[in-house]
Amino acid sequence: MSIKKVPDMILSGLEPLIVNEMTGFVNVGERSNVTGSRKFSRLIQEEDYEAAVDIARVQVEDGAQIIDINMDDAMLDGKAAMVRYLNLLAAEPDIVRVPFMIDSSKWEIIEEGLKCVQGKAIVNSISLKEGEEKFIAQASTINMYGAAAVVMAFDEKGQADTYQRRIDICQRSYDVLVDKVGFAPQDIVFDPNIFPVATGIEEHSNYCVDFFAATKWIKENLPGAKVSGGVSNMSFSFRGNDIVREAMHSVFLYYAIQAGMDMGIVNAGMLTIYDDIPKDLLECVEDVVLNRREDAAERLVDFAESLKGQSVEQKESDKLKWREGPLQDRITHALVKGITEFIEEDAEEARQGAGKPIEVIENNLMIGMNVVGDLFGAGKMFLPQVVKSARVMKKAVAYLLPYIEEEKRRTGNTSSNNGVIIMATVKGDVHDIGKNIVGVVLSCNNYEVIDLGVMVPAEDILDAAVKHNADIIGLSGLITPSLDEMVTIAELMEQRGMTQPLLIGGATTSKVHTAVKIEEKYSGITVHVLDASKSVPVASALLSAKKEKFVADLRLEYQEAREKNARKRGKKSFSSVDFIRENGAPMDWESYTAVTPSFIGNKTINDYPLAKIRERIDWTPFFITWELHGKFPGILTDEVVGEEASSLYRDAKVMLDKIIDEKLLSCHASIGFYPAAAVAGDDTELYMDDSRTEVLATLHHLRQQTQRPAGRAFRSLADFVAPKGGAVNDYMGGFVVTCKGAEELAKEYEGKLDDYNAILVKSLADRFAEAFAELMHEEVRKTHWGYVNDEQLSNDELISEKYQGIRPAPGYPACPEHSEKTTLFKLLDAEQAIGCQLTESYAMYPASSVSGWYFAHPESRYFALGKINKDQVQDYADRKGWDMTKAERWLRPALGYDE
Amino acid sequence: MSRSVVDQLNNTLAKRIMVLDGAMGTSIQGYPLEEADFRKGHFEDHPSPLKGNNDLLSITRPEIIEEIHDSYFAIGADFASTNAFSGTTIAQADYSLESAVYKINFESAQCARRSADKWTAKTPDQPRYVVGCLGPTNRTASMSPDVNDPGMRLVTFDQLVTAYYDAANALMDGGSDIIMIETVFDTLNAKAALFAVLKMKQERELDTPVMISGTITDASGRTLSGQTAEAFWVSLMHGNLLSIGLNCALGADDMLPHVKLLDKNATCMISAHPNAGLPNEFGEYDQTAEEMAEQVRPFLSEGHVNIIGGCCGTTPQHIAALKALADEYKPRSLPETFQGEK
Repeated sequence: MSIKKVPDMILSGLEPLIVNEMTGFVNVGERSNVTGSRKFSRLIQEEDYEAAVDIARVQVEDGAQIIDINMDDAMLDGKAAMVRYLNLLAAEPDIVRVPFMIDSSKWEIIEEGLKCVQGKAIVNSISLKEGEEKFIAQASTINMYGAAAVVMAFDEKGQADTYQRRIDICQRSYDVLVDKVGFAPQDIVFDPNIFPVATGIEEHSNYCVDFFAATKWIKENLPGAKVSGGVSNMSFSFRGNDIVREAMHSVFLYYAIQAGMDMGIVNAGMLTIYDDIPKDLLECVEDVVLNRREDAAERLVDFAESLKGQSVEQKESDKLKWREGPLQDRITHALVKGITEFIEEDAEEARQGAGKPIEVIENNLMIGMNVVGDLFGAGKMFLPQVVKSARVMKKAVAYLLPYIEEEKRRTGNTSSNNGVIIMATVKGDVHDIGKNIVGVVLSCNNYEVIDLGVMVPAEDILDAAVKHNADIIGLSGLITPSLDEMVTIAELMEQRGMTQPLLIGGATTSKVHTAVKIEEKYSGITVHVLDASKSVPVASALLSAKKEKFVADLRLEYQEAREKNARKRGKKSFSSVDFIRENGAPMDWESYTAVTPSFIGNKTINDYPLAKIRERIDWTPFFITWELHGKFPGILTDEVVGEEASSLYRDAKVMLDKIIDEKLLSCHASIGFYPAAAVAGDDTELYMDDSRTEVLATLHHLRQQTQRPAGRAFRSLADFVAPKGGAVNDYMGGFVVTCKGAEELAKEYEGKLDDYNAILVKSLADRFAEAFAELMHEEVRKTHWGYVNDEQLSNDELISEKYQGIRPAPGYPACPEHSEKTTLFKLLDAEQAIGCQLTESYAMYPASSVSGWYFAHPESRYFALGKINKDQVQDYADRKGWDMTKAERWLRPALGYDE
Repeated sequence: MSRSVVDQLNNTLAKRIMVLDGAMGTSIQGYPLEEADFRKGHFEDHPSPLKGNNDLLSITRPEIIEEIHDSYFAIGADFASTNAFSGTTIAQADYSLESAVYKINFESAQCARRSADKWTAKTPDQPRYVVGCLGPTNRTASMSPDVNDPGMRLVTFDQLVTAYYDAANALMDGGSDIIMIETVFDTLNAKAALFAVLKMKQERELDTPVMISGTITDASGRTLSGQTAEAFWVSLMHGNLLSIGLNCALGADDMLPHVKLLDKNATCMISAHPNAGLPNEFGEYDQTAEEMAEQVRPFLSEGHVNIIGGCCGTTPQHIAALKALADEYKPRSLPETFQGEK
């Protein structure tokens, strides 16, 4: 009897894909991956699934034969995102005709993905990392769903980085899969780890050679098995130099495919044809990839430098070389690199050579700032660098100002700029980090920015605009009630017959809201500005000859946004209030024992040690504030923003040391626990004491109302507390934490013309408040309330909310109505206790504050309310003692019908 | 018993083309049944009408169902498919009869079992088999019912697994020899059914043969969920199947090209049970047994199938004509590996 030939690997979407010797190298598209593509990540975060689906479509059109899909991001509900994305792709025959690679480091996400694909997919990945037992269990489960699997060369001891370790682990994995699991050998895809080469570390030089050898060995010794890998990793040290990287990828694939590599996760746009690589570059790259000479890495680095026209890694001695260049080059260099050290002497030199001191700003400095603007616009500089450039600019301007004033007195001439922009955070809102960043970016581009600060009444903003003869008015806000305030301002501008363009920005603002609610109120131009990087193009378009076309396009875009929104709105259907209340979250109260908190009433915690809070900081949102997108700590080595993120992170750490050493900020908390019971109509009663006779406060909750598949609950926070009169005597808690001192400290830096550190302080204060809220929640779980005592979670697990119980805040998705914060603040007496207060729009002041309710039941979970219908709004108004107008005003972002 | 079923079947299939039964619904229509027949003795007080819920007859009028199975065995069919097309909690929810699902499957298997045992005793050299059927349900896991919201789903994979798992266990308890996942118009539903069956087999330590039969809905040559016949096979090949095939929706001549594709690619047995042509404007099938047999002939003469039978509109006369064809030709031989589309 002859040995039976192993069958071909066959995958499927709507059509089959055969992988065998005839197929050639299979391209796996890498762009539908939140960890690998900033754009895709942003689209998923913003829930712009339509555009995210298009990313998959473009890859298929460009020739990807399989699409890799990855939703691993701490900021995301990875499972839900995977399901949503796959379900939407299922409706696109031109995409779903190819098989998918379901990519996650979390098994739950993989399994959820497998439940959504009708074709035969590839799982990416499983490995022996957590032992044989788990490996067998996961592979057996994959067999029941029907999928192939990528197997990483990873075992209990770690990732394989030598030839021997690679083949040992692959052999062992293969034997376990084929003999113990009965996994089809042709459906095993090994990923024998592609690591960076030419890193300057000697042990890394043989990585490619080892990969090729391991690939060859696998193909010869493990019948049927395939080999794959993420190719762009190998050229990591040359990020920023695409010519070298493309050449490296092509050379790598040339040899890897010869060795038998079957498929790879690649960016098809980043491959050159092997034969097109210039001979000299090819030689250097092959020396590195094949580890042919000891100085291969050095030679390639030198070659890369010659290509770039500048050094990749500047040597110490070269650091001041730029000082030898001509004056303008020095000024431009200082601005681009954010170096303040020599700017005054250079400004002085320029002044002496200039006819009038103002010319130094209009010529020398603006030439440099234009370079900064161009680089930022092209995505080659990032926000923290631009803010540092602004610091250099401000310092130079401050130095020149006395000379300019002197000149003005003599001649009566005034300076010119690109335009005057009034900016303000609207009444009731205290958040200003984003607004300040936009201000810096605009002033870098020679706009005169008049910043009116925070909590500015509408009349003051418009009066200032008239007084300063402003060309543009920019409004900012973070909390949802600010959206209404912006509408009010637009109406007022219309009444006053103003004509300036109105710019709208801030975290809760959106194109749709601007188009639907604001633009129609004002006959002038209204523009939503997504982030700081968009502010300059928008301002310059509005104040240039291009204005007409820009505005015409914009009007059309907003018209479409309104129509699309109207269509979306039209199709929302709701269940009745009675129905949703009967179908709330099913809670198991029978087997639940409520834990009595260690105290009833309130407790104040002043001056919590900052060093302890620091350990708990979640850095990912910090980088988002600075418009650097990616997950920490991976962002520090990110191909695109890694360098800048690392630099910002270093500065942040220095600032943290200073803040902690010199006690520049302080953190305080007020927490409280109360006997509680759910009563009819989605209300919760809190009582004075355990006699439960005197009602201390009544909380009013909302309930999900959009129709959903049968059996899925309509959730409300009201579900998470045991009902009144039942067997369980339940409790609830509340908290307010605040970080004080940031405003004062930021002012000091602003006084020193140092916007960079001013913004840094405020963004760190936000992180302190968030981390403190997280820390307090843990202390509450373990001690103050004490409903868990065996919790052992890492910081990552804490960040991804693996703990029992929740701490939702009024104004956030589960309970979006802000006015409930009043009840919370009164209960905790937060203003007296820790000096934290509410504005008329229920923003917390100081701005770096976090508040919320505590729920302990293990089934309590975060959810988003979504839209609600008129009957629930009426019911809510009745419960709050409001009229319908008031209820609709405060619930406006949640209204699912037209008022 | 079950171990020998696999061996027996493989033995027989190597020698000859085996024959599935024909339509259950068409035969039931031949009996003058009223609302009372669907309730008799079990669902007398059920608040909503039950007429048309044919699966219930296995419980209320088992003698009729057994008689229909007999009629197919009498003309030489090898398999009786259970009268439990809608025997899942999901499909029975339309009648608020989720609670009757176990009994439907168990009693349906019992009807077929009694008939099969009777005929095996009569013709010991032709043992007869009970095929426990898992229908498609009336919901799809990979399609949205709402064109405006393509991401919406009325049923999840997990819900389908639970429903199919319960039905499959009841079919086995009632004495099924084989499980057939049939009339698959959404492959994800079939994957859930297969998941449930594999789980059941593992837990009960059975090696019950599994058949899967899909439905190509129209001239596009695709399932309702958009797959080609080859992709349909590839998506389900992990089930270690006895057979893959097609049934329903099409008459034999329209089905032939797709059966050919399966024949070329699949490494297991091939089955086909087409309708008796296409329905006329009254929804009736009027293709005669002879007409159907002529259309089916190339399935067998060209060696594309191992198992042949009939779906909607077919009667014992149709199946008798197919049985005559089956005896005339050799079965399809198994291909070595997958060939692909080109």
